[in-house]
Amino acid sequence: MKNLVELIDVSLSYGKTLAVSNLAMKVREGSFAAVVGPSGCGKSSLMKLVTGLMPATGGSVVVDGHEISGPVNIVGMAFQNPNLLPWRTTLENVMLPLEVVRPERHQLRARKQEFRDRAMELLRIVGLDAFADHYPWQLSGGMQQRASLCRSLIHQPRLLMLDEPFGALDAFTREELWDVLQTIWMKQRFTAILVTHDLREALYLADEVHVMSNRPGRVVRTVGTAQFSRPRGEQTFLEPAFNESVMDLRADIRSQRMPIDVKPSAPGEKA
Amino acid sequence: MNNALERSGPVLLSVALLLVWELSCKTFDIPPFVLPSPSLIAEALAENFYIIWFHSSQTLLTTVIGFAFAVAFGALLGIAVGSSRMAYTSLYPLLVAFNSIPKVAIVPILVVWFGIGSVPAVITAFMLSFFPIAVNVATGLATIEPDLRDVLRSLGASQLDIVRKVGIPRSMPYLFASLKISITLAFVGSVISETLASNRGIGTLMTQASANFRIPLVFAGLVVIAVMGVVMYMIFAVIEKRMTGWATRGATFGIGG
Repeated sequence: MKNLVELIDVSLSYGKTLAVSNLAMKVREGSFAAVVGPSGCGKSSLMKLVTGLMPATGGSVVVDGHEISGPVNIVGMAFQNPNLLPWRTTLENVMLPLEVVRPERHQLRARKQEFRDRAMELLRIVGLDAFADHYPWQLSGGMQQRASLCRSLIHQPRLLMLDEPFGALDAFTREELWDVLQTIWMKQRFTAILVTHDLREALYLADEVHVMSNRPGRVVRTVGTAQFSRPRGEQTFLEPAFNESVMDLRADIRSQRMPIDVKPSAPGEKA
Repeated sequence: MNNALERSGPVLLSVALLLVWELSCKTFDIPPFVLPSPSLIAEALAENFYIIWFHSSQTLLTTVIGFAFAVAFGALLGIAVGSSRMAYTSLYPLLVAFNSIPKVAIVPILVVWFGIGSVPAVITAFMLSFFPIAVNVATGLATIEPDLRDVLRSLGASQLDIVRKVGIPRSMPYLFASLKISITLAFVGSVISETLASNRGIGTLMTQASANFRIPLVFAGLVVIAVMGVVMYMIFAVIEKRMTGWATRGATFGIGG
């Protein structure tokens, strides 16, 4: 498979601060990549670079075979904050991208039923079909995040960018949504890049986990997860190899962090 | 019981104030040309009903016209200032400067330009009331969540798309909140103008009445302005509730899951 996203020696600076430098990364079409790293390592900068929201200061960002210079419209995005519009119902929120993205925005009337069905199908997959006509304030945090996920996929993007989408949820809801995401991904096989702090989340969902260094960020190691068969589930957490990988990643990231002189945390603590 | 007390609070307090006022006037024997008692004011209101109606309808008309212009202009200005950095940096200092000019000082100029009558009153009402509207709408637009902006921009949305799909609906609660403030300011504006230069309107009525030492009538004019202000405020409060109910829902309504 060819690479959908390729970062070649990319750097990005905000004024004098260098956020990322010498960043190199490849994501194959149809694969699921995760990016982990210490806090402030430029993971969010990576999001902005790949989506073309921010031009690289140096190097080149290649998406779908072209070096990009502005927003690429094959992307869907979801963030930690679901950011649903409170005056729209769940269904209307999910369908928002279709009112903006080309060429769908000009076909709203002609393909109304098709778009509606598509949205309802997504809502059904995440288990929200009964809440299509509810407003965001009537949904729990996890449900809002599921709606946000549907919104990021409604225009059938080839690349899904996720910036800590489950960061603000409780542990149970979070693990539930991992499975929801895995299900959608296995069904639709878009390319996904997940930025996260949660190492178990990264290993559980991704095909490849990229570890970033401290600021200025670059990829220092890439870990494959092919050994964990899909669909992954409860049993994956129990595999010794899975937990070893989590510990390895943890050690990697700890070594990347700015040295702060504190007592090292007890082993076995949640990563 | 607590709830009932809370609801009747404003009425009870007003009645109590009026009683204290009435009794103080009686006990301390305050002359009516200094401070007329509520009963005298009510009498003046009843006796001059037609003349008060004649003047207050004019005030209401100029206020509403000025206010309507203020809503249209203020909303457009707010959208411009809130959605474009360029408009913000260039317009905002001007707006603040303009807003700090005492509008009383402008009325004589308006009279020179437009003569005595309704036009200066409409313009003064407009000038006093558009500022809060513009600032509020701009705030609603300028505080769009950056993540949401990114989501839309990555879909190829133009600034205009973002303003239309998110900015304007989002600034509606801000707009309606500002309408309540602005309508009362519009009354202030038209009455100021009428007081200075007009031959019709509550302001004119009060100026004439005070010149003739008919102090109860002056107070009656004040009462009418206050009542009109409260009624208009309530109308906009009701509209606000209807139009932007989504903004006042608490997060506590969420369903578990």
